[in-house]
Amino acid sequence: MVLGAVTPNLMVLYDFRHAILSTVTFAFCGISLGICLGTVFAFLFRYNVVRLFCAFIRAIHEIFWAFILLPVVGLNPICGILAIGIPYSGIFGKVYAEIIQEANQRPLQGLPAKTNRISKILYGVLPVIYEDIKNYTSYRFESALRSSAVLGFIGLPTLGFHLEIAFREGMYSEVSALLYGFYLIIASLRFWVKPRFVIGYLAGSIILISKEISLSLENALRFFTHEILPWPMRKNGILDGTNELSFEFQELWEWAAGLFATDGLEGLWQTTVLTQIVLATTGILTLLSFPAISHHFIRTRLWRQLGHLILIVCRTTPEYILAYVFVQLLGPSMLPAIIAITLHNFAILSFLTGGNANLLKLRADAPRKRINCYLYEVLPRVYSQFQAFLFYRWEVMMRESAILGLLGIYTLGFFVDSSISDAQMDKAMFLIILTACLNMGIDSISQLVRKRLKVSIKLTTAC
Amino acid sequence: MKKLIALVGLLLLVQVVNAQTLRFTAIPDQSTARLMTRFGKVADYLSGELGIEVEYIPVKTYSASVTAFKNNHVQMAWFGGLSGVQVHLAVPGSVAIAQGKEDTEFRSYFIAHSSTGLQRSNEFPHEIRSRTFTFGSKGSTSGRLMPEYFIRQHFKEAPRKVFKRVGFSGDHSRTLALVQSGSYQVGALNFKVWEREVKAGNVDTSQVRVIWQTPPYPNYNWTVRGDVVERFGRDFIERTQRALLDMNEKDLLESFPRSKFIPANNSMYKPILDTAIHIGIIRE
Repeated sequence: MVLGAVTPNLMVLYDFRHAILSTVTFAFCGISLGICLGTVFAFLFRYNVVRLFCAFIRAIHEIFWAFILLPVVGLNPICGILAIGIPYSGIFGKVYAEIIQEANQRPLQGLPAKTNRISKILYGVLPVIYEDIKNYTSYRFESALRSSAVLGFIGLPTLGFHLEIAFREGMYSEVSALLYGFYLIIASLRFWVKPRFVIGYLAGSIILISKEISLSLENALRFFTHEILPWPMRKNGILDGTNELSFEFQELWEWAAGLFATDGLEGLWQTTVLTQIVLATTGILTLLSFPAISHHFIRTRLWRQLGHLILIVCRTTPEYILAYVFVQLLGPSMLPAIIAITLHNFAILSFLTGGNANLLKLRADAPRKRINCYLYEVLPRVYSQFQAFLFYRWEVMMRESAILGLLGIYTLGFFVDSSISDAQMDKAMFLIILTACLNMGIDSISQLVRKRLKVSIKLTTAC
Repeated sequence: MKKLIALVGLLLLVQVVNAQTLRFTAIPDQSTARLMTRFGKVADYLSGELGIEVEYIPVKTYSASVTAFKNNHVQMAWFGGLSGVQVHLAVPGSVAIAQGKEDTEFRSYFIAHSSTGLQRSNEFPHEIRSRTFTFGSKGSTSGRLMPEYFIRQHFKEAPRKVFKRVGFSGDHSRTLALVQSGSYQVGALNFKVWEREVKAGNVDTSQVRVIWQTPPYPNYNWTVRGDVVERFGRDFIERTQRALLDMNEKDLLESFPRSKFIPANNSMYKPILDTAIHIGIIRE
């Protein structure tokens, strides 16, 4: 495997050009959809219904969305685009709303009294928030690329598709080539993704994928009006061949309670345990590692840059791929999942916390000894920010903990995957909704905690 | 609204353009790379025999192959016993048309790492209790359904109670690799895959050995949707069946690996259906 890492077979990148192209086009179309819907949600965000709806759709992982959409739209680009677009619209809705809320109000107050709504937005809001929105959105594009690549693992024609094959076959030179190719795309983003090109890219993407789309209304209808309904409602209709639905509260309750007591409870427990373990390990690792990129501790520039490079690699590799690799190496247990989620999140937090530390100006009489400087000068000052970042990542960690069940750890994703492979979509939906509820619960606890910490973090850098 | 109409129009157009292509898929019981070479050749063969374009659509999961069939994204598929039964129930009119000669008497092998000290026997190996155990894919007949059935029959308990740890490797090749490397002590897999890998010299028999074989059961089949006749002509099902039964190129058959294909029908898989209901994979 190590040999493969240093001998990437870059020729395969040419063979897999379609996969690379579809990884990028899915991400482009998905995120565009997310931006459009997200903008609408952001302006309606004061309504609780919208707020809750956004929380709900972003609580469901892209892979779960793909699972839900696969039977509806089939194995085609639309599935990938919606799987990215739907949760991202929930995220954009929330973040855009927060950016608008925190925006400088003065330009708005300077407008004439009778200015209509649209002009107000165009002249009083958009110019103020444009920079923040742009930064956040371009950061999100990077994560959309990650999501898009990972969707290949469940069968969509993106990079993950070939990555999985290459791993299976032990062709590590191909694996490394694909990964390096992926890093290259992400590293070069700022050179070719510019606001003025975006429309062109989007049009190109749509033309490319429109060749492969076929939708069937019948399938979608059957899915929503039949397959995802709880089994007790469909049971009689299926047995007597009429496919009619029946509604019996008692049976329905028993169905839900039974499912919750078996798969649901165990999945919830394992997911929570994993989430809490990675929350702790991420925190510890971050605190240990952020000095590596801070000039207060590492005085040689080259070493700091090396530290940065490691963090960037850890952060750019999607958790799912990391976990997949570690499962191959260590066998299926919670350990690979812990390592994968920790590595990905610590890289982000360490980068942010180290950046904060670099902003500090130490007094001339600060301790000379590095350990004292760390403990008495730097750590106390960055700690509350660090905590806020950590809690911000909490629900992200939980989403990942649940999804890694697909790799054989008994978190909620495992039970969702089992239900789907038994062709029992109603069970899968029940468990996905349960996952979403857990996620929303953790999200609201995290918000409370952060409020009590009284630290606001700049969203554009934090997520 | 105009745009919407244009979009719908475009979609319909796309459908019409593709109407003359027969698409098929197969359950991903081995690594995708291998399946892509095998079924690429099958697509060429069928295309020549049937005189239409035939395309293989690779999928990553068993459930995706079932879904693709249900949604008419593919019109034909090489299914396992369980996935076949699932679509026969879900798509009225779909029929099993052919199976491998070996599929009438299919078996699963239980294999163990040599460090367990388990030896081959004709009796069910009760000593596997409390060890670590891996199935193949969750949707596999020979890698999950039948092994689980026999485990439940002999231990009167669910696998997760019987074993220290239960895994789902994903496919048969991986089950073999995981038991051979000692990641799992015991596993169950498709006997054809085992035999082919042994023949190809990919098995280190000092590390892993067969300890038990299940009684025979029916497995894999080619299933087509009933509504293909509307698109490809009235005798299309018979012609396809003929083409499959006539397949005699050695390397094509060996890639499955089957010695030849013989006629099949849905009722042959009744035992699989009963087992799936018994375990709770198919609800009644």
